Amino acid sequence: MRLQGWGRFPDIAAEFIEPVSVELIQKSLKEKNKVLPLIPRGAGRSYGDSALASRVISTRFLDQFIAFDHKTQTIQCGSGTTLETVLKFITPKGYFIPVLPGTKYVSIGGAIAADIHGKNHHKSGSFCSYVSELSLMLANGEIIKCSETKNPDLFQATCGGMGLTGIIVDAVLLLKRVTSVSIRKRSLIARDLTECMDIIDETEDSEYSVAWLDCLASKARLGRSIIHLGEHCENGRAEHESRRRMSIPFSTPSILLNKCSISLFNSALYNLRKYGSEISTVGYDSYFFPLDFIKNWNRLYGPQGFLQYQFAIPITNSKQSISEVLKKIHASGKGPLLSVLKKFGEGNNNYLSFPFRGYSLALDFKKEVGLFPLLAELDEIILANGGRLYLAKDARMTEDVFKRSYLDWEKFLNVKSKVDPNHLFASLQSNRIGLT
Amino acid sequence: MKILIIGATSAIAKSTARIYAERNSQLFLVGRDENRLNEMKIDLELRGASSVRILALDIVEHEEHAIPINLAAKFLENIDLTLICHGSLPNQESCETNFKEIEKAIKINALSTISLCTEISKQLKKQKGGTLAVITSVAGERGRQPNFIYGAAKSMVSTYLQGLRGKLLPFGIHVIDIKPGLVDSPMTAGLDKGPLWATPESIAVQIVNGVSRKQHTVYAPSYWRFIMFAVRSIPEFIFKKLKI
Repeated sequence: MRLQGWGRFPDIAAEFIEPVSVELIQKSLKEKNKVLPLIPRGAGRSYGDSALASRVISTRFLDQFIAFDHKTQTIQCGSGTTLETVLKFITPKGYFIPVLPGTKYVSIGGAIAADIHGKNHHKSGSFCSYVSELSLMLANGEIIKCSETKNPDLFQATCGGMGLTGIIVDAVLLLKRVTSVSIRKRSLIARDLTECMDIIDETEDSEYSVAWLDCLASKARLGRSIIHLGEHCENGRAEHESRRRMSIPFSTPSILLNKCSISLFNSALYNLRKYGSEISTVGYDSYFFPLDFIKNWNRLYGPQGFLQYQFAIPITNSKQSISEVLKKIHASGKGPLLSVLKKFGEGNNNYLSFPFRGYSLALDFKKEVGLFPLLAELDEIILANGGRLYLAKDARMTEDVFKRSYLDWEKFLNVKSKVDPNHLFASLQSNRIGLT
Repeated sequence: MKILIIGATSAIAKSTARIYAERNSQLFLVGRDENRLNEMKIDLELRGASSVRILALDIVEHEEHAIPINLAAKFLENIDLTLICHGSLPNQESCETNFKEIEKAIKINALSTISLCTEISKQLKKQKGGTLAVITSVAGERGRQPNFIYGAAKSMVSTYLQGLRGKLLPFGIHVIDIKPGLVDSPMTAGLDKGPLWATPESIAVQIVNGVSRKQHTVYAPSYWRFIMFAVRSIPEFIFKKLKI
């Protein structure tokens, strides 16, 4: 059947297997006549081709809760469970997931495979810091436990390993206790990039922090933005809330997203805040997952799909390099619809994890002629400044760019070859970037 | 609520059981795969089910359907809701040339369900009340070229339920026919999914609502009521040429 990532590019024909149990996954691994490469897939929320291959095996039905322990503040669940399901279950008990990305529709397995980060990376690090143990199905069908103490090499390779070491079957997550799941949100306005980055630096004590940039504002207003800070309220609602959702039922003509409409959208966002209130109390859903409000928002980019380009860059020179990136984009006339800037804290030791101390900028581009050359130019700026691209969003990075920026790739391969010598687990992405 | 689910490991049943578990229901699950039933039991108890008991049994192989119903009645005492979610999608092509396949498909999708309903009816009459909800399919509303064997089986169950509904009415028993449309579940694995496809989770919500509102026929999602109205309205001289 046809399969794509969240960005809907590339679109490929693949054999899609959706086993309903761990035993059936093992069985499909053992089909001897099949030697085609295989990649696990959770909720299909990675943007590019990291969950695409000739054979794709879904963990969607491994979505059961296995254990919950108040004493250790942990939950164990199948890797296909989504963050939404976990949140719905734990928030009434006074717990929260320590790291949340921009959507609640990702699976636990996917969150581990991409070692995702959230609006509190500067304080709390990335998702895998809160995975106390995981069960990994290896290429031979054997299931082994991995953690910082059990098979630590494999744990380091699997966390952020894009599903290339095996299939994550279940995981134990550490939860955090919160006073409330309501968020006291403070929205600050920055007139340009310098002001934005200064505000982010000054407000580093804030638990959550993220900036929305208007990438179409130019010259003096380059990088004008809204910085959304957040803290859990002292008291307030603990229960799960559900919002009504809008849905985009089919791809809209991509012409609807043009320079004019994107510019209007960004100005509207900016001005809404400018004349709105600075402090408000909001539900966690609207603070963490604003885009989840529109189901299938990825269809807005039209049938061609879109690419998300997210890079991280060290603090030194970050202002110059980010503004160089913005200027280059501006000159190209390809306005990204959404641009999100965030400060990262220290990185971890996982071989392929994306975040490290510095800034990260994520940009959405409609897939169109001339985009790839532009992104290749951006790659050069980022590499020259010691940055790198996020694998979970990538659909086009070259092997050279990858190997020059993910310096532990050889260590990763060493561990992978021990458990998967024939490279059974491989994706279009891992082939492209020279990992398999 | 005290609930008996037959075909409990199906995707729709699993999602429905989870909603009832969150409402602290007591559940008796019948399904084929014991491991998966055990996993479900743990999951449902964590989600809030007051207690869960499982029974691994192949309903099609074992024709003594009184046994599971009696065990369920013993555990639940009074069965408030019985949900039958069992069936499988036969291969239409191979059915058309092989009557054995058709026989098997009818047995799985219609006869075993009707046999179960017969036994459940006895129990419900005894307890003078309860709801019987059976999952059939929109495919049963008109014989369409791509899947009329499956459709014929489901149609048999729907017709049966219509009659049964009246027969059980004096006993205060309510009968619901649930007709899902296209559902993205293991039963339809490998098919390309378009905009009309729904998730098992959304079907489960419709089922729970249909049960509490005592509806007779639940189209899930509800827009299938209109789609099927349109499909039924197509004159036969046109319909016979359609490969939909």
